Amino acid sequence: MTASAARALGADTFSSGEARRPLSPHLQRLEDEAIFIMREVVAEFRNPVMLYSVGKDSSVMLHIARKAFYPAPPPFPFLHIASGWDFRALIDHRDRMAGEYGLNVLVHSNAAAAAAGVNPFDTETGEYSRQMLTETLKTALDQHGFDAAFGGGRRDEEKARAKERIFSHRSSGHVWDPRNQRPELWRLYNTRLAPGDTMRVFPLSNWTELDVWDYIRAEAIPIVPIYLAAEQKVVERGGALIMVDDERMRFLPGEAVITKRVRFRTLGCWPLTGALESEAATVEDIIAEIVASRSSERQGRLVDGALQASMERKKREGYF
Amino acid sequence: MKGISEMTVSLATRPLGLDPANDLLPVRDRGALRFITCGSVDDGKSTLIGRLLHDSIGLLEDQVAGLASDSRRFGTTGEDLDLALLLDGLEAEREQGITIDVAYRFFSTARRAFIVADTPGHAQYTRNMATGASTAELAILLVDARKGLLEQTRRHAAIVSLLGIRHVVLAVNKIDLVDFSQDVFEAIVADFHAFAAPLGFRSVVAVPVSARFGDNVTIRSRNTPWYEGPTLIRHLEQVQTTDDDVAAPFRMAVQWVNRASLDFRGFAGTIASGRVAVGDPVVVAASGRGSRVRRIVTQDGDLAIAEAGRAVTLTLWDEVDVSRGDLLADPRHRPETARRLAADLVWMDEKAGRAGDRYLLKIGSATVPATVTRLVDRLDVASLARMPAPDGFALNAIGRVEIETATRIAFDPYADNRETGGFILVDRATHLTVAAGMIVESLDRAREVHRHPTDVTPAVRAGLKGQAPLVVWLTGLPGSGKSTIANLVERRLVALGRHTTLLDGDNLRQGLNADLGFDASARSENVRRVGEVAKLMTEAGLIVLVALVSPFRADRDRVAAQFDDGRFLEVFVDASPDTCRERDPKGLYARAEAGRIAHFTGRDQTYEPPLDPALVLRSDAVTAEDAAEQVVELILARSEEALTSLDASQL
Repeated sequence: MTASAARALGADTFSSGEARRPLSPHLQRLEDEAIFIMREVVAEFRNPVMLYSVGKDSSVMLHIARKAFYPAPPPFPFLHIASGWDFRALIDHRDRMAGEYGLNVLVHSNAAAAAAGVNPFDTETGEYSRQMLTETLKTALDQHGFDAAFGGGRRDEEKARAKERIFSHRSSGHVWDPRNQRPELWRLYNTRLAPGDTMRVFPLSNWTELDVWDYIRAEAIPIVPIYLAAEQKVVERGGALIMVDDERMRFLPGEAVITKRVRFRTLGCWPLTGALESEAATVEDIIAEIVASRSSERQGRLVDGALQASMERKKREGYF
Repeated sequence: MKGISEMTVSLATRPLGLDPANDLLPVRDRGALRFITCGSVDDGKSTLIGRLLHDSIGLLEDQVAGLASDSRRFGTTGEDLDLALLLDGLEAEREQGITIDVAYRFFSTARRAFIVADTPGHAQYTRNMATGASTAELAILLVDARKGLLEQTRRHAAIVSLLGIRHVVLAVNKIDLVDFSQDVFEAIVADFHAFAAPLGFRSVVAVPVSARFGDNVTIRSRNTPWYEGPTLIRHLEQVQTTDDDVAAPFRMAVQWVNRASLDFRGFAGTIASGRVAVGDPVVVAASGRGSRVRRIVTQDGDLAIAEAGRAVTLTLWDEVDVSRGDLLADPRHRPETARRLAADLVWMDEKAGRAGDRYLLKIGSATVPATVTRLVDRLDVASLARMPAPDGFALNAIGRVEIETATRIAFDPYADNRETGGFILVDRATHLTVAAGMIVESLDRAREVHRHPTDVTPAVRAGLKGQAPLVVWLTGLPGSGKSTIANLVERRLVALGRHTTLLDGDNLRQGLNADLGFDASARSENVRRVGEVAKLMTEAGLIVLVALVSPFRADRDRVAAQFDDGRFLEVFVDASPDTCRERDPKGLYARAEAGRIAHFTGRDQTYEPPLDPALVLRSDAVTAEDAAEQVVELILARSEEALTSLDASQL
């Protein structure tokens, strides 16, 4: 463990360390909308679950879920799909949140695929993410009989998401048919399901990446510390900086471990997630960097780089 | 060449100028403006939104890189950056070169954040436009300066108005292609004002623009020195749209009852309109029960006052019965409650909507069974004329209907309140959203009547009698044996110590229904009245036997929908017409055949048998006594079942 990672597990987990500030009317409206959506799901579905990837969007969802049902705790479990190649800092943060807030966190992994040798180095990236994430998610949803699952997707992330509904209907097998989505009028969400159908629900649909960070800062929401710039051991690979998070790292000929001050815009599987060189050590700094940089967050994910319209394909298969 | 590199340069210089050092974030002293853009593929609508994204901070550099490669693959602008490609998200749409759905886009300027609903301009326009417009506060209507106002511009304006948008921007696009002519611009604006006068827009701002080159979109154009109004983006930054919500009377649909602990019972919901403060009186619209607000609970601390848009949890001083679906309101300005409504519908399903069709109606947090009882007219959106109603509403049709709901709903007319006056209809079999509805008015005659709460409830009355009330509705041809069987059933039940009443159609026609004849509409009203009486009798705790020809299925279904599941038992007394004619206990068949009775069921008026009756009695095959015994067994089974499930606390 690097010194900075060790420090991050301490008091710094509560990242900004700043006091909370009043929400702007803009953020207040987004928060109110998300609360409305969450309550609607709890009132209308039999067995909902919240996808908890432990990333920044999930952290915002968790924060709002605690508000939506206060003084009751969120009346649903949280589901983490762990690939087995998750950042250590992320797992630590997850366990800390679960303990702190008394959350019921279900963790699912595809042990069979891992045992069969599926890994981020040898397996083609699309296939890897299908087996370790998409299939694992579908299996977990089926196994628990969840009829609605909250996801942290936002419409500003990618073109395919811009047309996504807030209540996204999936026919059996979790299939998303972009031509057969129900119109969404006013705030009157059609929650009816046929047997075997499920609903994916995106309470943060109308947020932008900037809104998410702005909200995290205003509400002083705890986030995984590696979102903030710190010295990390990385290698340069295909134009990206890959963090060496544990001893399973495979090095290509000529690759050398170097120490750089980096942060992550998104937290996927560590061998597939690029870091940014950055000096942004506070949420405030991150916001300044985003405003200045104008490069969208999924750029850091090698998973998305591969295919034109890859997101749409993944969504059809049942990914979030 | 006006190529990629030049575009990239314009990004770096950032015409809207966010200076990261001084101006980190857009000023967010109000919520994002949500607007919709309307126009056809040819009007350059996608290009306009692309331009807004491109010139603001909405577009990121890697997306520009993706755009450059997309432009070469799919573009229609040669080597230029095709801004429209930013909007067409799905693969299928790109290949067809059209957008097929509503896409939501986000961008910010230094002064405001924006959410744009982009909807296509081709055949599916009505459905998608209505969807996008339902959450928008402003609409941009795009007109091609070369073509002027087209029929579709009028359609768009009409739909926007129908959906309750009060602020409109008329963007006269491609002004470069008419040599930046002031005359052309002014003629189009005058045309629009003449057409739109009856549409009730509060503000109409016309701007001459070139989406492709950016004139008057984000930068004032040197080519239109005669234009003195704001650029498009400046107007969007400044326009105020949401003042009305807070000024309207307090309304909040209860979404979820929060029972966090034994001594906490809170009503979670989002304030639809108005404001509420601690100590304010509130009333449950449907039941008429009132209380006062004790606390406005949030995790960030209790509030003293909360306004429209806030998601809160209210606790009340009194223990009133409130559940999901209830609408809390200001008792001095109550919403209407009714079962019969006039509404405008936008039809959204491939399957046509017809009179008599039954759906689920969702309004606020309430979902109730509802029947479209009548198609009143069709709106011709190009001329704004009301045309005769068609047989059914096809996809994208707009028109007025009458609707009857199974239970009373609380609402405001849509023109007064978009939050409490809009509803959707959901198909019960396919679960699809088939229509968007906007309530025009209540059709219940007693309009200003609000339900008065009673302390002794139906459950208490039933409990005192030790039985679960229900209705047994015997339907069948005249002479099939309904009255005879009902009479035997009631004798048996009374002997068993049950509390009953018998509503016989013939008897009721001598008093309550003496004013009614026998044509279809009079029969319908006859059935409605008997249904209402039966409901009152069950509320008194009685087991109600009804013997009534009630020939039309829709009429019976409407009565059935008023009762909870299992509380209304439809019994089909099935005898062949020959048997009935032969029996003819009242000599009716003889007189009908002699031509002395018109509208006689089974002769010149049809009888529609039940599709899914609780019981079928073949009265020409079994004796009246055996038939009665079957009914008694059914009643006893249902009655015991219900009794054991009765909540003891209600008694």
